[in-house]
Amino acid sequence: MPAVSKGDGMRGLAVFISDIRNCKSKEAEIKRINKELANIRSKFKGDKALDGYSKKKYVCKLLFIFLLGHDIDFGHMEAVNLLSSNKYTEKQIGYLFISVLVNSNSELIRLINNGIKNDLSSRNPTFMCLALHCIANVGSREMAEAFAGEIPRILVAGDTMDSVKQSAALCLLRLYKTSPDLVLMGEWTSRVVHLLNDQHMGVVTAAISLITCLSQKNPDEFKTCVSLAVSRLSRIVSSASTDLQDYTYYFVPAPWLSCKLLRLLQCYPPPEDGAVKGRLVECLETILNKAQEPPKSKKVQHSNAKNAILFEAIALIIHYDSEPNLLVRACNQLGQFLQHRETNLRYLALESMCTLASSEFSHEAVKTHIETVINALKTERDVSVRQRAADLLYAMCDRSNAKQIVAEMLSYLETADYSIREEMVLKVAILAEKYAVDYSWYVDTILNLIRIAGDYVSEEVWYRVIQIVINRDDVQGYAAKTVFEALQAPACHENMVKVGGYILGEFGNLIAGDPRSSPLVQFNLLHSKFHLCSVPTRALLLSAYIKFINLFPETKSTIQEVLRSDSQIRNSDVELQQRAVEYLKLSSIASTDVLATVLEEMPPFPERESSILAKLKKKKGPGAVSSTEQEDGKREGGELNGGGERGADSTIAASNASTPSPSADLLGLRSSGPVSAAPPSAGSLLVDVFSEAGPAAPAAAVNDDGFLSSAPPSVVSEDPAPPMPQSDELLHKFVCKSNGVLFENQLLQIGVKSEYRQNLGRMYLFYGNKTSVQFVSFSTSVTYTGELQSHIHELSLNVQTKPVEPLVEGGAQVQQVINIECLTDFSDAPLLNIKFRYGGALQNLTLKLPVTVNKFFQPTEMVSHDFFQRWKQLSQPQQEAQKIFKASHGMDKEVLKGKRIMENFVCAGVIQTKAQQVGCLLRLEPNAQAQMYRLTLRSSKDTVSKRLCDLLAEQF
Amino acid sequence: MRFMLLFSRQGKLRLQKWYTATAERDKKKMVRELMQVVLARKPKMCSFLEWRDLKIVYKRYASLYFCCAVEEQDNELITLEVIHRFVELLDKYFGSVCELDIIFNFEKAYFILDEFLMGGEIQDTSKKSVLKAIEQADLLQEVYDYF
Repeated sequence: MPAVSKGDGMRGLAVFISDIRNCKSKEAEIKRINKELANIRSKFKGDKALDGYSKKKYVCKLLFIFLLGHDIDFGHMEAVNLLSSNKYTEKQIGYLFISVLVNSNSELIRLINNGIKNDLSSRNPTFMCLALHCIANVGSREMAEAFAGEIPRILVAGDTMDSVKQSAALCLLRLYKTSPDLVLMGEWTSRVVHLLNDQHMGVVTAAISLITCLSQKNPDEFKTCVSLAVSRLSRIVSSASTDLQDYTYYFVPAPWLSCKLLRLLQCYPPPEDGAVKGRLVECLETILNKAQEPPKSKKVQHSNAKNAILFEAIALIIHYDSEPNLLVRACNQLGQFLQHRETNLRYLALESMCTLASSEFSHEAVKTHIETVINALKTERDVSVRQRAADLLYAMCDRSNAKQIVAEMLSYLETADYSIREEMVLKVAILAEKYAVDYSWYVDTILNLIRIAGDYVSEEVWYRVIQIVINRDDVQGYAAKTVFEALQAPACHENMVKVGGYILGEFGNLIAGDPRSSPLVQFNLLHSKFHLCSVPTRALLLSAYIKFINLFPETKSTIQEVLRSDSQIRNSDVELQQRAVEYLKLSSIASTDVLATVLEEMPPFPERESSILAKLKKKKGPGAVSSTEQEDGKREGGELNGGGERGADSTIAASNASTPSPSADLLGLRSSGPVSAAPPSAGSLLVDVFSEAGPAAPAAAVNDDGFLSSAPPSVVSEDPAPPMPQSDELLHKFVCKSNGVLFENQLLQIGVKSEYRQNLGRMYLFYGNKTSVQFVSFSTSVTYTGELQSHIHELSLNVQTKPVEPLVEGGAQVQQVINIECLTDFSDAPLLNIKFRYGGALQNLTLKLPVTVNKFFQPTEMVSHDFFQRWKQLSQPQQEAQKIFKASHGMDKEVLKGKRIMENFVCAGVIQTKAQQVGCLLRLEPNAQAQMYRLTLRSSKDTVSKRLCDLLAEQF
Repeated sequence: MRFMLLFSRQGKLRLQKWYTATAERDKKKMVRELMQVVLARKPKMCSFLEWRDLKIVYKRYASLYFCCAVEEQDNELITLEVIHRFVELLDKYFGSVCELDIIFNFEKAYFILDEFLMGGEIQDTSKKSVLKAIEQADLLQEVYDYF
């Protein structure tokens, strides 16, 4: 047994541990443990009160047993008792036990919280720290409830010791992460930001983790931290290596703090203040410069710490994506690392370059390293590094180098690790499709893919090649010829047979002129593979055969014979049998004309997201889909099989629901299916572009006749109730929705259907009585509030309601029509008051009528050039409204995660009011990393910009 | 950081620290799986790997593997130095630390780790500050024990 007694040796514990270590078998160990457990149990149950030391020792033994992987179901009470000991180490062991073996037993939590409360108020810094550690370790909701209010006070109190501040900051962070709703922002928040200026580096290091997390969630409240962080960083970066004493790590001043500062800055856009920005750029340049200096130490710790800062700085440069000079320098620096002898650095350089490849400023610079990266793919010994190299090749691929990269990836596939083959196959397939200028190359590549790695070619890949061949008539002949040749290989993959069967069945006629590939030769070739294939492939081949009968009448008798054979027509598989029977019958009954119609060539596939891209996204998580890809995909989507008619990049897609825009599809923002023939819906532009599923209902005609001549509003006797607290939230639900349930309680359900055209709207309200008792004196009224009222001389909205029947039977529903005319733009929604008596009691509720200014949007199509020109024209400050906010629904992670530079979403439209038309332009810029959006609205009228911005910001 | 594990070359877990609530069953499964992955790697390979949705940063010191799971956006190199600083702290406290020290004084190892990292974030990077906290505690113990 080693001499272990450091501080407080617990001899009994050491003996026990060494006994366990000496156990020869698992059984012996369990036996020894059970013996010990029995012993401890009897000690805890015994009449004799245990002294603190023994209690500590036994609790410690239990902990050891637990950490060995055994269950512990007692001892919690003794551990809690230790908390109230005033001996530090007893308390410490008590806390450790509780931290490791949390028990949601509420009785116990109450006791633990009591102990913690006492220690927090003890003013003894070591006890306070122990208590804070325990809260952070457990981090349960009960603890957050008990202490989330207290800890911020400790954190910012003037007389708190530094060590306690550090613990308090991180403890609060943990609580904020687990129960953000319980940590309330308040007066302490501004003081927390100023901890960045604290004298004590340890306090800054701990506090910055908290500040970063809080900033991500509440960027506006914490934005003062940017300038503080920059000046702190600048002081560290420019300090000599020994200035910071104990915070210098292997000659690198405060590497942890530097990294954290750089990370904090990544929560924000580049500083607007020129001086701050200048200082920051200077820091970044200094960091890049230092990377070139000779190392101050040969130790790997020195270079790791230094490079950790460098990589974090590069991440910030990429995040800003606005300093071409820095981006290119970063790229050159990473280029040097690509050949570094440290595997770790090569790995990180490849990874980091992947993101650089997606910036327009550094894409070209990244491409210059292609040979090195290809070499890495071939020679790296570690598969995780090779994987990064493959990722980077994928990210740097564009039209200029696609052929080279695809060729290299194909040849790598022959020896690639099994774990990454499927992903490689998908990537090759995507690149081949995206950058195909000549389709014979595309077909060759995919067939090669199937030959080399057929097992890893998923359905999506071979479906896609067929889709493309069907949609491009200039490649069909070539595809038929190539696939015919490929099938002649003695052993060919089943996926090849599938593609071959399908393509020859459709386009075999294109090569039938050559006697070497005459119809019968083709058929025999396909049929020679039949018996080796699985049921689904056989089914596909049977379909190919019947297509052959149509294409080549001379093969009819041969094929009929095959179909008639027992192995087909009496096949034990129902699907195969049915196909054989039906095809046989079809071929003998139907006339040539009928046959030709039934078995006509497949129509082109509708344009849709490349199925393989979707698959890659699903499989890899979205990191794999770089942003160039998204953009290129958008730019070039449709090209292969749509023939470029869509031109998503020349038209800003301000389309409405019925015009599918390839970009919207690719980005997965909506789930619109193939092109629908529905006429443009009358829904507003923004509804269509952003709602999950654009309103599918075709525009019902709005009846203009009698629009403004409806009956006077119903008279009410009692004062209407004030709007319900949730009425705003309910309103926001309908900003991008025209139909749905507006309100529901135990008695009443109110449904809404609405439609808008130009400046007119019609809304149907459905009042449903959910009870079995009738409502009497049922009446509703619509009134204006706030700003609408003040403009009484010049009404913004003209709202006409038709009265409803005063009696609503139990279970019945009544309908009310409301006509709305928008006179000028407006901000507040009209109020809808509903009154009725239910069992004698008066019910009185007020809601906001879901009418918002965006409902009167008319979409506009414009090309990108026009859009940006108009955007610039609307450059006066009051014409713009902007909001930066946290994504409340989470971004579509599939699509956005991992992308540092996002494209903008833009929309254009005109708000139609009676008085005027207000043109509006919108830009939405997501930042997936921070999970935030920046929404900018510009319009010719300031109130419109502001209101739209407010409305729409709630929708993401 | 999501969690930190210390295990031996024989696959014995020596220390585990979880910074997010995880069910015991999942913990055991993750530990088993991760040990297998890491132990299978060869010496010259890189210290980072993708595992599930996490990044794993590990380093071997003598017979012990130190293994941290960090989030996607965390800095790998600085995590490597978190490990190194922790090793230095252990070394300083025990005086050239070995696996046995950690086995027999597991509670001390946890205390040191707690002083260094809290909730998965660095509390203090200064060796002096961290060790001062621990030694103070030892001192308190001895003083009390003599009474």
